[in-house]
Amino acid sequence: MSAPVNDNTVNNTAIISIENIYLLIGFVVMFLVVKTLQDKQHPKKYTTALFWFLFGNVFLFGDLSVNLIGESLTYQWVGFSVIAIALLAGFGKVSMGSYHQPSEEQLESDAKRIGNKLFLPAVLIPVVTVICTLLLSNVNIAEVYLFDQKHVTLASLTLACGVALIVAWRFTSGSPFQALSESRRLVDSIGWAAILPQMLAMLGGVFIVANTGTAIQDLVKLFISPDNRFMLVVLYCVGMALFTMIMGNAFAAFPVMTAGVALPFLIEGHGAAAAPLVAIGMYSGYCGTLMTPMAANFNIVPAALLDLKDKYQVIKVQFPTAIALLIINIFLMYGVIFND
Amino acid sequence: MFDLNYMPLIGILVVVVGFALKFNPLLVVTAAGLATGIAVDMDFIALIETFGEKFMNSRQLASFLLILPVIAILERYGLQQRAKTWIANIKGATTTRILSMYFVVRECSAALGLLSLAGQAQTVRPLLAPMALGAAANTHGDLPKPIKDLISAHAAACDNIAVFFGEDIFIAFGAVLLMDAFLKENGIAGIEPLHIGLWAIPTAIAALIVHLVRLARLEARILNMIAEHKSKNVLNAEEAIS
Repeated sequence: MSAPVNDNTVNNTAIISIENIYLLIGFVVMFLVVKTLQDKQHPKKYTTALFWFLFGNVFLFGDLSVNLIGESLTYQWVGFSVIAIALLAGFGKVSMGSYHQPSEEQLESDAKRIGNKLFLPAVLIPVVTVICTLLLSNVNIAEVYLFDQKHVTLASLTLACGVALIVAWRFTSGSPFQALSESRRLVDSIGWAAILPQMLAMLGGVFIVANTGTAIQDLVKLFISPDNRFMLVVLYCVGMALFTMIMGNAFAAFPVMTAGVALPFLIEGHGAAAAPLVAIGMYSGYCGTLMTPMAANFNIVPAALLDLKDKYQVIKVQFPTAIALLIINIFLMYGVIFND
Repeated sequence: MFDLNYMPLIGILVVVVGFALKFNPLLVVTAAGLATGIAVDMDFIALIETFGEKFMNSRQLASFLLILPVIAILERYGLQQRAKTWIANIKGATTTRILSMYFVVRECSAALGLLSLAGQAQTVRPLLAPMALGAAANTHGDLPKPIKDLISAHAAACDNIAVFFGEDIFIAFGAVLLMDAFLKENGIAGIEPLHIGLWAIPTAIAALIVHLVRLARLEARILNMIAEHKSKNVLNAEEAIS
């Protein structure tokens, strides 16, 4: 057990801190940059390397730069890097390279030799992450924590990946260095999609500064007829889904739509019960998440990870379920929120 | 009457048109950000600073990169092949059954707050997709690319849908706390996170039923696609002979 904290300041010194995780990601990306430059058959060697270099830079030197030259200047060079990254990807300057791939027979015979032990490292990642999150989150020696207290899951995941790498080394005789080299094939096949989630977070930030939410709220209010309960429910649920599709995130849509439609017209206007209203409203937003490329980490990155020809296929497969659930949500909400 | 200010909406237009015309998404999103900032008269340097700040502060989204070396080395030694062989040895394993079982386990564990137990990089790519593909290949032989893609996309969809509609039942999850904080801020008293979590259950059950029904019909769809593919091949072969 940790000793009670005497002062009010929370000590955030940690071995696996978020800064160290960013440094680690930076080193991994830079290692891939070097490997890309060594790839003699790579069709777009220099521009691909530059693309990942600009990205890795933000991880490797971002926090250091904030400490040395301040936030303002750091954000400026990161901002210009982001634009350069977008231009490189936008004009098709980033591509796959060449990789040493063992033959299918070789893979089959390796798989047969190692057997089900091959699954162990893959299973270890989630299991170790959960165990660490549940049991080791408070471990500290003299207020130096093992895990960053604000990012326990991420820190646990990082540790779990390390453990899995070592176990994989033992079973496959493939060293962590070889693992890093092999990961270039995966990272390159994901390509620009790896960076899209962060780009979208950036766009969301600009939308907030530009008050885009208020503009959408005003737009939605044009369609309101305050007395028609059913249409108000439809407007709130569909509004949540559409707004989420635009922002890529139901959390961004929720305060705007709830403050704009649900609170004044449903709760205050018609005395709707708040708990089912917000719970079902949020889930209507999730229906939107399933249908938009803006939620890249759920919909576009997996398509890249799974090497799908159509990058929108995950969305297409999710579409019928999302629409069905949106309709169910509307009727469910209409059925349960009104007491009279 | 109020004047509707359309200028902040210009970014949305750029995104919709950009995606529709199939420009690279990174380019579309950056252009949308620039267009929005310029439309509302932001100072250019301030706009670039906002770009940098938000990009820097969302770096945790790239953490899946740390999982890839593990997956890569295991695949280098035949992980996907092993997943297929393993499934082939289980009697009665079909694509539908594998995906359905995963869906149920994933939704229930998400409802208990165990979100990091699985994910697209750590479970779908190395395990779930190869197993679902292996089961299909086991009954139908070699699969053509469109069918492989359909099954893989279903594997990814299973993970997303199950976790989304399970997680809000867990009362300590961010979304539930966000809703709770929003209600308290707006002066609505007497609602506990527990109430919000309870009202997430009906939709969670609906998601389970809707998606399991769709998965049950996937098997027949795969069968149809394979029959179609085979008849096309037979036609091609006949043409080649004549």
